Amino acid sequence: MRSLDLDALVRDRTKRIIVCCGSGGVGKTTLAAALALRGAELGRRTVVLTIDPARRLAQALGLEELDNTPHPVPGINGELHAMMLDMKSTLDDMVLAYAKPERAEEILTNPFYESISSSLAGTQEYMAREKLGQLAADTRWDVIVVDTPPSRSALDFLDAPRALAGFWDSRMARLLVAPARASGRGMLKAFSLSLTLVHKVLSKVVGAQLLKDAGAFMSAAESLFGGFQQRAERTYALLAADQTAFVVIAAPRAESMDEASYFADRLVRDDMPFAGFVVNRVVQDTVSELDAGASLRAAQVASSPVAAAALRLHAGVAKEATHQQVLIAELAAGHPDCSVATISGYNEAINDLDDLRGVFPELEPAPAK
Amino acid sequence: MLVRVMIEQSTSPSAPPIRWHIVTGKGGVGKTTVASALALALADAGKKVLLAEIEGRQALARVLDTAPLGYGEEKILIGKTGGAVHGIAVDAETALIDYLEIFYSMGKAARGLRRLGAIDFATTIAPGVRDVLLIGKITEALRRRDNAGEYIYDAVVLDAPPTGRVARVLGAAHEVAQLVKIGPLKRHGELVTSMLADPSTALHLVTLLEDMPVRETIESVPELRSLGIAFGSVIGNRTSPVPLPAGRITQVDIARALDAAGLPTSRTMLASLAEQTRGHRQRQDNETEHRASLETLGLPYVELPQLFGGINRAAVRELGTRLGDFA
Repeated sequence: MRSLDLDALVRDRTKRIIVCCGSGGVGKTTLAAALALRGAELGRRTVVLTIDPARRLAQALGLEELDNTPHPVPGINGELHAMMLDMKSTLDDMVLAYAKPERAEEILTNPFYESISSSLAGTQEYMAREKLGQLAADTRWDVIVVDTPPSRSALDFLDAPRALAGFWDSRMARLLVAPARASGRGMLKAFSLSLTLVHKVLSKVVGAQLLKDAGAFMSAAESLFGGFQQRAERTYALLAADQTAFVVIAAPRAESMDEASYFADRLVRDDMPFAGFVVNRVVQDTVSELDAGASLRAAQVASSPVAAAALRLHAGVAKEATHQQVLIAELAAGHPDCSVATISGYNEAINDLDDLRGVFPELEPAPAK
Repeated sequence: MLVRVMIEQSTSPSAPPIRWHIVTGKGGVGKTTVASALALALADAGKKVLLAEIEGRQALARVLDTAPLGYGEEKILIGKTGGAVHGIAVDAETALIDYLEIFYSMGKAARGLRRLGAIDFATTIAPGVRDVLLIGKITEALRRRDNAGEYIYDAVVLDAPPTGRVARVLGAAHEVAQLVKIGPLKRHGELVTSMLADPSTALHLVTLLEDMPVRETIESVPELRSLGIAFGSVIGNRTSPVPLPAGRITQVDIARALDAAGLPTSRTMLASLAEQTRGHRQRQDNETEHRASLETLGLPYVELPQLFGGINRAAVRELGTRLGDFA
């Protein structure tokens, strides 16, 4: 098994963007913050883009409130900036930047805009990528560490923005934007018929009024979303570039490891710069000479109740550690060319920068400047 | 007693039995495992249960070692005393076609439109419509009756999206009903909303007894409460399985036990075991604090121990039995 050296990764001058991916609850946000802190203390000017950090992690980074711009993190031997993604204001900014002024007003006040900006699938991924693009264009940063939105699948970060942008470009969207105009231009009869059918079914589903409102919104936003499509392509190219490194984070549980494995396959297949896996919170058996079976036998004959409980707990640790090592070995065997880092030990709560420094206890301390 | 609450009845004694169990929690806390174990506990109590997922992750099939679930409601687990668990993975496209078929006999036309990409479009154009269709399918299964007028399912257990998304998914029905002024979708949205608010529906919160999940659970309650769904139980999952009795752990006691079992010992091994035990003690002390924080919610509380060596069908059975044992 090749081991992934995270220290070397944040030190690597050819890498500028580190993307932390993984399913929910694996510790993505914390690891992103810890990696960024590490990078900063190794002397690189670092910014970390977090999506939805737990309150105390945000406080540890000096982020008291949601703010869409990088803020310096105090108390660091180096330069670290941190920010949280504010989806709504990122989207507002894009509308103002890409739509004509009179159109922008119309879009921002449309009742549809509110729900689209907050709940349309892919919007959060799109905005995170947009923000990443803006940070990448800023020469202030040597390293940009990105946390990814908690979505159904890690693949959403790659695919959802393109799908979202593509949606506005779809034939259906065009029909909806201007059904009257389209049929007035002497469309093919067959196409016109299917259009009528589409309208009939859509009206059944969403109601005629809603369809009309949506159409009005979309024709106002039409030019805007053409720009969105190009942006989605550009940020995808940024992710695919050599200066980027994807780190896929997993918990040592079958479903999480499977998802990580699936995501890595996709990255490799698409020639994306995949740096390796991080398996987080791995149970370490510090008494490996006493296996689970033996420990349980000893628990049964123990005269001290505390010793009996301790031995039963050790049996559990031994069994779990073995199970996790099998999962890790399977992951490595399935990706012989990929590197794996494991992080054992776990601090339940990150309250300050020292807790964050402790996430990678195995790393050498940063050299004094 | 507590799971009697979970399985048999709502929190108020006069309320009807719970028929719709919605299981949510922070990512990675074991929602799917708990939902499966709950379905199995219900089946063991003789009930016919539908276990559902709506995010296309095939998480149930993975935990239960079954073939990928589809829309067919196949029987996937047999409970004691005639109960059974059926499984469904609801997807928005099929749900929409199903909806058009049931309410308008337009299934054929809808299937044709799928090829045009219209279905995907329809569920994308109005955010929330997708969620209404997914949840709507669950409510349809809940309402479905046989020829004798009896409900087909005694209960439905939904392996719901995580806390961060569940309010949006469950709240979509209400939102859509607001956005759409008239028409069938409005009625559909209102129907779903009223079923969510029904006293026979319960929202269960799964958490680990760790800092972040407990915080997120407590913080999620006000928003979830505003959905108007009654809370069921809080489930503390993957807790330390063997309580350490009070008293100091001594290396001598451990050495005696190993000796009695005919096992070799060494000084470093004894020191490491003592150290490991102090770690367990610390974890259990933390868990006690987290339990106390959760108690402030004033909701019934149930606990499932950590099972070592991964979750599979056998582990789900064991957890299901434990949930049943609480009764």
